[in-house]
Amino acid sequence: MPRKFTPKVVTANSLIEGDAVWLTADDRWSPDMAEAQLIEDEELAQERLAHATAQPDQVVGAYLADAVAGDNGPVPTHFREAFRTRGPSNYDHGKQTAV
Amino acid sequence: MYSYSEFDEQFVRERVSQFRAQVERRIDGSLTEDEFKPLRLMNGLYLQLHAYMLRVAIPYGTLNPHQMRQLAMIAEKWDKGYGHFTTRQNIQYNWPKLKDVPDILDALADVEMHAIQTSGNTIRNVTADHFAGAAADEIADPRPVAELLRQWSTDHPEFQFLPRKFKIAITGSPNDRAVTKAHDIGLRMVRNDAGDEGFEVIVGGGLGRTPMIGKVVREFLPKADLLPYVEAIVSVWNLLGRRDNKYKARIKITVHEHGIDEIRRLVEERFEEIRPQFSGVDQELLAGLEQAFAAPDLQEASLAAFESAYTNDAMFRAFADTNVVDHKVPGYGIVSISLKAHGATPGDASADQMRVMADLAERYGHSELRISHEQNVILPHVHKSDIPAVHAALKEAGLATANIGLISDIIACPGMDYCALATARSIPIAQEIATRIDELKIEHEVGHMKIKISGCINACGHHHVGHIGILGLDRAGVENYQITLGGDGTETASIGERAGPGFPAEEVVPAIERIIKAYLDVREGEDETFLMAYRRLGPAPFKAALYPESKEQADAA
Ligand code: HEM
Ligand code: SF4
Repeated sequence: MPRKFTPKVVTANSLIEGDAVWLTADDRWSPDMAEAQLIEDEELAQERLAHATAQPDQVVGAYLADAVAGDNGPVPTHFREAFRTRGPSNYDHGKQTAV
Repeated sequence: MYSYSEFDEQFVRERVSQFRAQVERRIDGSLTEDEFKPLRLMNGLYLQLHAYMLRVAIPYGTLNPHQMRQLAMIAEKWDKGYGHFTTRQNIQYNWPKLKDVPDILDALADVEMHAIQTSGNTIRNVTADHFAGAAADEIADPRPVAELLRQWSTDHPEFQFLPRKFKIAITGSPNDRAVTKAHDIGLRMVRNDAGDEGFEVIVGGGLGRTPMIGKVVREFLPKADLLPYVEAIVSVWNLLGRRDNKYKARIKITVHEHGIDEIRRLVEERFEEIRPQFSGVDQELLAGLEQAFAAPDLQEASLAAFESAYTNDAMFRAFADTNVVDHKVPGYGIVSISLKAHGATPGDASADQMRVMADLAERYGHSELRISHEQNVILPHVHKSDIPAVHAALKEAGLATANIGLISDIIACPGMDYCALATARSIPIAQEIATRIDELKIEHEVGHMKIKISGCINACGHHHVGHIGILGLDRAGVENYQITLGGDGTETASIGERAGPGFPAEEVVPAIERIIKAYLDVREGEDETFLMAYRRLGPAPFKAALYPESKEQADAA
């Protein structure tokens, strides 16, 4: 039996800065995961990933990451993806400086 | 110290301008990431979790003050004001922007530094004893040989696309401070019965997913034969190495699969073949390098200032006892500067701290600095009467922690806080252990104990050779930490044994605390280190301390 599809976001690293970014429903790359498009449908997920992969001048290493709906938008389900939304734990660097 | 030749200078500059053009073409879209990635990796540029990471080679860990100041400048101008010193005697910058990297590489070239072969399937930065040229137990300074190996391996046409990366470590001392037995090739300088200098050659050590202690392939190799012999080893492996499976590609697997005797036979055969090609030019070069690494002129001076500080200042005494060891020249000391202040990130130094260390090296240390594989910085030649002044300056810069070789002198890889390959974090675990040990005030009482932490099975943090090793794993989306006991990275090297099931993050520190207390209970006096006690008693008392419940269950049964 095929595994049940769980909701995803498309994520990557930006080409110049290298930081984590997420694909929005209106085709932007946002540094804020809450703005990401939460994709509930497998076929659409593949389509959006292909769209992301076709933008090598903007992002590097696009992939689908598990996510769930939160109060203000998608939130990560795995700690690795959670770190990518914040930054490292030893210094207040990365995205957490902005929040 | 070795100074670049015109050829070196031109070679490095050409590489930088080549890479500058490649970055431009990547940014304007004429190179795809698939085309660009191998090119950036050839120049030490990785993409990590939150940013790019640039890995800069510090060959055999040797730096001059001018170079250290340039590393500080780079940290400030293009990064976030600090750098991370690693177990491979490199420095990593965690936040460079792609467009700035060519400028960073140019700034490095200005001080004879580069990031070439710090990545990729090549011969990586040759590492060496961080006390080289100063150690009291040394047969000879291993750095001229390390530099010879570097010149031979850099851009070596046959060795740019090896089955996997290849790491060489070298020591000139019988006390192994370079972890030679956990490298692809380990070189230990020895003397034969006639008193000639040569090498014991060890192959097939390595950590990572299949940790192995290297095996002796040649007990005594005359010094003059080193280059052809090392070339023979790499070329035999280049042919035999498993290119079908990257997890089986390292030479440790080749040695394991073919057996050391067969490898020895093939290496000796190849060695005989290629030796005539080394017409002795390498030996002329080596003689020149030996001149370049000549020891500084160390003058005798009064020890009064040292003795007075030692008697009157308890903090200085602790520092001198723990962070200073005797130099081969009487009256001098080798000073280790700890980058492991309790609660700090192991191996990180701020730009200001780098400059303080550079100034101290210039003023008191004959302008030499070393980076140790234990992520600390060494001033190798300081007269003892200057150490009180060095200590005072270090104190002001937050660099005077007297913990070298003790529990809080932890090696930790970047782990999930930076590394894209990680399965769990390393840094916070190191920080918490060090902080707890500081609260307990038992660090000096416990004495020599090495804790090493990796954030995944690649073992960059050397956990397999830690007396206590900690490996971060992902257990169903939660960080979990497995503990190994009894590892050792010195001349008596051994791979640690898994103690049992792993622990969630919040239980690691209490678990380590239980091991430490168990050791204090069972040791036969202060002279028996944790490792000695472990070797005498085996894992049982420590496992019982780690898993008290299962002991209770066993007792009840
Ligand atoms: C953050 C980027 C890093 C990446 C992507 C990385 C990647 C790897 C990989 C893939 C391996 C396993 C190689 C193999 O067995 O074939 C490895 C091993 C190793 N790395 Fe790293 N590493 C990183 C950082 C570091 C750092 C910061 C250090 C030093 C603190 C380091 C030192 C080592 C060492 C000592 C080993 C094991 C020794 C051996 O190769 O047998 N690496 N690394
Ligand atoms: S051990 Fe793993 S997590 Fe740590 S630096 Fe190496 S590859 Fe990254």
